[in-house]
Amino acid sequence: MEEVIATAIGVLAASGVWLILRPRTFQVVMGLCLLSYGVNLFIFSMGSLFIGKEPIIKDGVPQDLLNYTDPLPQALVLTAIVISFAMTALFLVVLLASRGLTGTDHVDGREPNE
Amino acid sequence: MSLIVLLLLPFIGSCLAAVLPHNARNSESLLAGLVALVGTVQVALLYPQIAHGGVIREEFLWLPSLGLNLVLRMDGFAWLFSLLVLGIGTLVSLYARYYMSPQDPVPRFFAFFLAFMGAMLGLVISGNLIQIVFFWELTSVFSFLLIGYWHHRADARRGAYMALMVTGAGGLCLLAGVLLLGHVVGSYDLDKVLAAGELIRNHALYPVLLPLILLGALSKSAQFPFHFWLPHAMAAPTPVSAYLHSATMVKAGVFLLARLWPVLSGSEEWFWIVGGAGACTLLLGAFAAMFQNDLKGLLAYSTISHLGLITLLLGLNSPLAAVAAVFHILNHATFKASLFMAAGIIDHESGTRDIRRLSGLFRLIPFTATLAMVASASMAGVPLMNGFLSKEMFFAETVFINSSAWIEAALPVIATLAGTFSVAYALRFTVDVFFGPPTTDLPHTPHEPPRWMRAPVELLVLTCLVVGVFPAQSVGPLLAAAALPVVGGTLPEYSLAIWHGWNAPLIMSLIAMSGGILLYLLLRNQLKLGRFPYPPVIERFNGKRLFEYGQVHLMRMARRFERTMTTRRLQKQLFMLVLVAFLAGLLPMLQSGLSWGDRPKIPGSGVFVTLWLIAIACALGAAWQAKYHRLAALTMVSVCGLMTCITFVWFSAPDLALTQLAVEVVTTVLILLGLRWLPRRIEGVSPLPGSQEQAHLRRLRDLILAVLVGGGMALLSYAMLTRPTPNDISSFYLSRALPEGGGSNVVNVMLVDFRGFDTLGEVTVLVAVALAVFALLRRFRPPRESMQLPAQQRLLAPDVVTDLVNPRQAADTALGFMMVPAVLVRLLLPIALVVSMYLFMRGHNQPGGGFVAGLVMSVAFILQYMVAGTQWVEAQMSLRPLRWMGTGLLCATLTGGGAMLLGYPFLTTHTAHLHLPLLGDIHFASALFFDVGIFTVVVGSTLLILTALAHQSVRGHRPASQPKATQTGAA
Repeated sequence: MEEVIATAIGVLAASGVWLILRPRTFQVVMGLCLLSYGVNLFIFSMGSLFIGKEPIIKDGVPQDLLNYTDPLPQALVLTAIVISFAMTALFLVVLLASRGLTGTDHVDGREPNE
Repeated sequence: MSLIVLLLLPFIGSCLAAVLPHNARNSESLLAGLVALVGTVQVALLYPQIAHGGVIREEFLWLPSLGLNLVLRMDGFAWLFSLLVLGIGTLVSLYARYYMSPQDPVPRFFAFFLAFMGAMLGLVISGNLIQIVFFWELTSVFSFLLIGYWHHRADARRGAYMALMVTGAGGLCLLAGVLLLGHVVGSYDLDKVLAAGELIRNHALYPVLLPLILLGALSKSAQFPFHFWLPHAMAAPTPVSAYLHSATMVKAGVFLLARLWPVLSGSEEWFWIVGGAGACTLLLGAFAAMFQNDLKGLLAYSTISHLGLITLLLGLNSPLAAVAAVFHILNHATFKASLFMAAGIIDHESGTRDIRRLSGLFRLIPFTATLAMVASASMAGVPLMNGFLSKEMFFAETVFINSSAWIEAALPVIATLAGTFSVAYALRFTVDVFFGPPTTDLPHTPHEPPRWMRAPVELLVLTCLVVGVFPAQSVGPLLAAAALPVVGGTLPEYSLAIWHGWNAPLIMSLIAMSGGILLYLLLRNQLKLGRFPYPPVIERFNGKRLFEYGQVHLMRMARRFERTMTTRRLQKQLFMLVLVAFLAGLLPMLQSGLSWGDRPKIPGSGVFVTLWLIAIACALGAAWQAKYHRLAALTMVSVCGLMTCITFVWFSAPDLALTQLAVEVVTTVLILLGLRWLPRRIEGVSPLPGSQEQAHLRRLRDLILAVLVGGGMALLSYAMLTRPTPNDISSFYLSRALPEGGGSNVVNVMLVDFRGFDTLGEVTVLVAVALAVFALLRRFRPPRESMQLPAQQRLLAPDVVTDLVNPRQAADTALGFMMVPAVLVRLLLPIALVVSMYLFMRGHNQPGGGFVAGLVMSVAFILQYMVAGTQWVEAQMSLRPLRWMGTGLLCATLTGGGAMLLGYPFLTTHTAHLHLPLLGDIHFASALFFDVGIFTVVVGSTLLILTALAHQSVRGHRPASQPKATQTGAA
């Protein structure tokens, strides 16, 4: 399982990086989405992965890291998810506005051969 | 009045002056004059406290741990300077009332003027080195604003810029020097610094800090080789020159030299740098002044020369010379301020300042002429004037200095020569302008100025005379009080008298006097004929040209640097960014290696692996297809999002999964809404035939970087996953969540309680983004080619009867389009609201919470938009996202603030256990209100973002039905 998660993070990050280096704004937005999935998973996996140990306190179970998974990375990732949503929204609108102003969807605001 | 009030008074006056009406010359000048006058009287009343070496000190703690406090400190020297700053400030305010024309925007002038006065006052009464530098820079800034007051004139702009660059750069050097000085002493407190003279002079850093401090002081006081900025600053209105360039700003440099004289002077370095700069400036300024044709230019070079004299005196390392320097600071301020004002009157009355055009003015303005002549006599050092006394002291110092033989020989010669020059230029100022045949081609015929415009000049000239005739009685005690701190506590023997008998200084004076008259007679006709447009010989050492040359080169180098080191292309920038991040991650790995841990592996699952294989394929597919197949790419990215969500569920993170799912839906809707406004991109159309190879190379390069980054991330996360991660703080959260946070869902408790401040910041970001989106889209007009109706509706034959037809020409959605889903979605709205409430209420103890609930609620609303169209939805219900956002932020902040009111830190949660009749026992945490705030903000922001995008379609359709409006709309 660790191998799968690690590979997944790697592929998401690689696809994301490839896409944010592309010239079209839509590609960059998609790249940022993929990159944020990868990074969120990466942060999440920092807390060691457990199955069936939700950090929701149950009666009679000692409150320690043996019985519950680490809540800290989860709280961080929760924040990161919302912020990356806000970033995607802003970037999408910026790209629309830039397209409206410059007439092109190239990240530089002009076609490379102009 | 305490010192702090004294210091604040000009700044308060400045703010008041700024808001007075545009043409309120009288009230502006009254305000400025009163502020300065009140200050002057207050300072004068402080005399008894400082008269015999007393020091007034006020301290306000600011950063005591760093030794940075606001310290105000007034000793005799600071007292004298405060008196100069405020006293001459009073006179200049009065003078400026008459000088400024009704067209000038006077509020700006007096606001800057008063602010400058405050900055200068702050500089002289600071008791902390850092504070001195702060006020020092403040005077540079306000002098920039004052010199550039007439900013429509190019010379004013250039002069202001040059003054700012030179004095500002000097100020930076000063800051560095002062920091070193504070480091050496161990304190920035002026009292401690002044007591540590021996330590500083013997310290290894002394040869470093001294030049730095001197660079600051000498550039401010326009000493060679930085003197060139002062003549260009003459583009300022004359009251500014009379104030800044005679009594205050340029004196700041010599003030600092005198202030630090007890600790820094006495060394060889001090003698050579300060004395050398002073001697050069003295000669150079006096020489150049003779050849000026502009009255203010002549005065500017004369000021440079006199500042050189003061600097030279301070550089001589003798206490007596330091006393003479303090005396000359005072004398120069009085006669030079009056001369500037007189020059201003002549300019004001006759319309020109050109000495070649002015002649015989004595007959027209006899009173002003007399005043100007008395002041010039003082400048030239004629007996019975104050200038004579300090000049005699200076001559005496040069004669009696103990140094190497050739210095002993050279200094009296330099002094006499400078004296000769000063007599010559004083004669030019008086004889050329006031005597000779009356001129006829002046722009105006001069008259005596208004009574009160002349009054400041009269008062200053009177001071020159009184000090000149009765020095010991008038200025003696003041000078003693002021010079005492400068020489470090013990005054040398000196006598203030007009007659000391036939001694060397008197003979030097006589030589200078007769030599000056002779020189003037020799040069007079040559100058009248315009034989010397520039001063001869020294024109070759032109600091201004060097300054401009340096400036041009600096700019060119900066541009070249920018061109080679940066790019405006986002792709390259991002590439560099990712590359640097990758290298930053790679370096530690290369240093300490990468190894796997021995944590027991999680049991594998075929389902999970298969699902991820699909998601991985989708990620690669999205990367492959995002350019030409946007919808497909979006779908594939969503699969990755979904798989991330499943992973969260799999590994015990239900909250994350819920949030991810909701965010996924909203993001997809958002991008779907945006997709329509993107330009069409057709596969297989190559932009340029030659660029193909380059594009391949670029892609290969990007691919390598992407693979490296991805591989690195994979290895790193594998290394982390295979070892147990010790985490000390997490168990704290686990054990405290229920007893102290009042909730069993630890992640939610962390968000709304332990890390509540973080969450507050996060929702604030969300609000900011929503507002930015709203603002950006308000100005956005969709491109013309994307304004047509969707293809399904456009391509229908006119005679086909189907629910795709739009009979009423509704702007956004065809009426009757997708009827069945529309009914279902409308039914879904109340259910979705209930689900949202459910998620919200259980959030503190079970997976859920404000974020998810808010997202679910906004999705429910946006679904209505999708099926029924913007116009229909907004006709049926009024959603006010902005209000939601505002209420939410307020609610969250007030919850936090409530804790503060009760004396707890911001956002402390209180838990109450209530027993209600029907509902039973209820845990009630104040974090609930905070969560309500988050919920409301999330609903508001998400709705605002989505509806702002949705509204584009209403705008987009309008031109399609009115083809003509398209062109005007797009233009």
